[in-house]
Amino acid sequence: MALQPKKYEMPLSDAKIRARSFCEVALGYSPEIAVLEAQRCLNCKNRPCVEGCPVNISIPEFIAKIKQNDFEGAYRIISESSSLPAVCGRVCPQETQCESKCAMGVKFEPVAIGRLERFAADWHNAHCGEVSELPEPNGHRVAVVGSGPSGLTCAGDLAKKGYKVTVFEALHVAGGVLVYGIPEFRLPKEIVAKEVETLKKYGVDIETNVVIGKTLTVDELFEEGYEAVFIGSGAGLPRFMGIPGESLKGVYSANEFLTRSNLMKAYKADSHTPIMHAKNVAVVGGGNVAMDAARTALRLGAENVYIIYRRSMQELPARREEVEHAEEEGVKFELLRNPVEILGYENPADKRDPKNGFVSGIRVVKCALGEPDEKGRRRPVELPGSEYEIAVDCVIMAIGTSPNPLIKNTTEGLEVNSHGGIIVEENTGKTSKKGVYAGGDAVTGAATVILAMGAGKAAAKAINEYLSKKA
Amino acid sequence: MYRILKKRRLNPTVTMMDIYAPLVAKKARAGQFIILRADSDGERIPLTVAGYDRDAGWVKIIFQLVGATTMSLDRKEEGEYISDFVGPLGCPTRTEGIKNVCIVGGGVGCAIALPVAQEFHKLGAMVHTVVGFRSKDLLILEEEFKACSDKLTVMTDDGSYGRKGVVTEPLNEAFESGERYDEVIAIGPLVMMKYVVQTAKPYGIPVTVSMNPIMIDGTGMCGGCRLTVGGKTKFACVDGPDFNGYEVDFDEAVARSSMYAEFEKREREAACNLFKGVK
Repeated sequence: MALQPKKYEMPLSDAKIRARSFCEVALGYSPEIAVLEAQRCLNCKNRPCVEGCPVNISIPEFIAKIKQNDFEGAYRIISESSSLPAVCGRVCPQETQCESKCAMGVKFEPVAIGRLERFAADWHNAHCGEVSELPEPNGHRVAVVGSGPSGLTCAGDLAKKGYKVTVFEALHVAGGVLVYGIPEFRLPKEIVAKEVETLKKYGVDIETNVVIGKTLTVDELFEEGYEAVFIGSGAGLPRFMGIPGESLKGVYSANEFLTRSNLMKAYKADSHTPIMHAKNVAVVGGGNVAMDAARTALRLGAENVYIIYRRSMQELPARREEVEHAEEEGVKFELLRNPVEILGYENPADKRDPKNGFVSGIRVVKCALGEPDEKGRRRPVELPGSEYEIAVDCVIMAIGTSPNPLIKNTTEGLEVNSHGGIIVEENTGKTSKKGVYAGGDAVTGAATVILAMGAGKAAAKAINEYLSKKA
Repeated sequence: MYRILKKRRLNPTVTMMDIYAPLVAKKARAGQFIILRADSDGERIPLTVAGYDRDAGWVKIIFQLVGATTMSLDRKEEGEYISDFVGPLGCPTRTEGIKNVCIVGGGVGCAIALPVAQEFHKLGAMVHTVVGFRSKDLLILEEEFKACSDKLTVMTDDGSYGRKGVVTEPLNEAFESGERYDEVIAIGPLVMMKYVVQTAKPYGIPVTVSMNPIMIDGTGMCGGCRLTVGGKTKFACVDGPDFNGYEVDFDEAVARSSMYAEFEKREREAACNLFKGVK
């Protein structure tokens, strides 16, 4: 058979229609297309793709199963390494990980590993609910703090080895950033709920409404008989720029805006949680969170949504696919711009004017790219006298987070770095406190779902070694 | 699910409930708050801890019927359950070194002032409590305040009970007569707290205020509860809810509190229509 040079396209919902709806954007492969795409895999001996995967999924092996029409077999291979296959197949930046190493990619487009992973996981969820054999309980108890990607991965891996794992979640529902941060149109919440259900079938207990550092401390978890603790509490307090006008009504952190829409379902007409349905929206920042916020604002009815980012398209940190989808949907990119002030409406004649105190615009300054900074990214330099105003009624700050102090402040012996991130041994997630491991954004600051999962996985392995020795 | 052990109407618009939540009860301290969802599709609302019993495992909440959520919460009866209840959140009220304190409560803010007064009373401090209400029928917790205050002054706007006037009047009189509290703690409407600060200022008496802004997660994640305190952005949920009253930008807090006024009005009307004619 002639070699197919390009990935088989994954159908997308129409950009015009989807820009006004919260339905999923990417629609997934059919079994026929999945088999055809799987046939593109060269099944090379040295398996470079596996190296590119933070959780080391046996990629050629699962693709081989798809080739043979054994979709459940493919799922089983993936789930040996990943506790959240349907999630990863959707939100991983495969283009910089597994697919970037694919031998096919040298001359042609790489194999669509992410799409195949998603296909196998969705097929499993649609056709089989049962988990493979349950492990023999080994009598050890482990506590996991936070039910986001790192916590769920750590919990899943340990449960599959026979550990009794309890996950503590501060919010009323499990999933962490997968439920409060990533929007429905990119990751349907039903899929997250299914992945969580699968973990429960492996015996993982999930305790919602427990804030570690407040309701219980890490030391109390040990007193209650947990032998090891994994902290995957995620990133913390949203950052603001410190420019005038950030306290005006209509200024959100991306975390607040997305949490209202995703977790509290404010996008639904019957939700009891309010959210602003603004006509013109500025989103400050260029990461995936900024794209999610911009596309959510569009779906809530905005006519104009601007991404304001101080570098150029080339430096924009969001995934290419997300940027393309955002552009197709009509998000406008105001690049090489930096906000200097958020402007508010004030009616001097009427102090009771309900519009008083709401955002009326954002003043930005043009930038050029200067010398590279310590990370090698070219530093934006503001151009004096180039300021202008954009009329908006809502501003969303998506410029990152700083670590949450709740656990650090209540856990003696847990060392953190100058940014407040928990200090860990790189390959094990081991912290300065005995029996305590950590991973994900609580360690690294805002990063990706799959990196958090990789950290959860490494910590699970290290916890297993620690407790096996101890026993 | 969290069981309602006890329910009592304190006045036509204020209800008290004891909620069974042993983990929260074990840790709760005066000045902290909880977040609850009445039903599985409800919004998350913060309410300050109004009391607790560590042995019996309950936490007391007192809430005013202001919107759709508090109205549906109020429709639940003893023995029924609320969907979610998490805490204790925020920092407890600072009590160290305070031997002589004036606690000023306004309206439903008195629900929060009560455990603070009780805590100081228990620690042996002199407690002067000033509580203010619009009128006699809105008065709550008088007996409870009497029990933990060395002196209690009740004010009503219309003079239907206690003294006629606002809470800053007796406070100012105390200062004028030479009273020098170690601290004034004000808990109530933003405007009341702002004026308590202004009243204490000429005498240089420290004022702590308890802020109750719009909030979602209550753990520092969303930043919706941000305030400007001493020129810096602070999050009420993790840095507060208590702040130095002299540093709080009250005008900004007042403006931000009305962000969803339109939505809340619609929700309230919808809830009123829904419950109309239903007992």
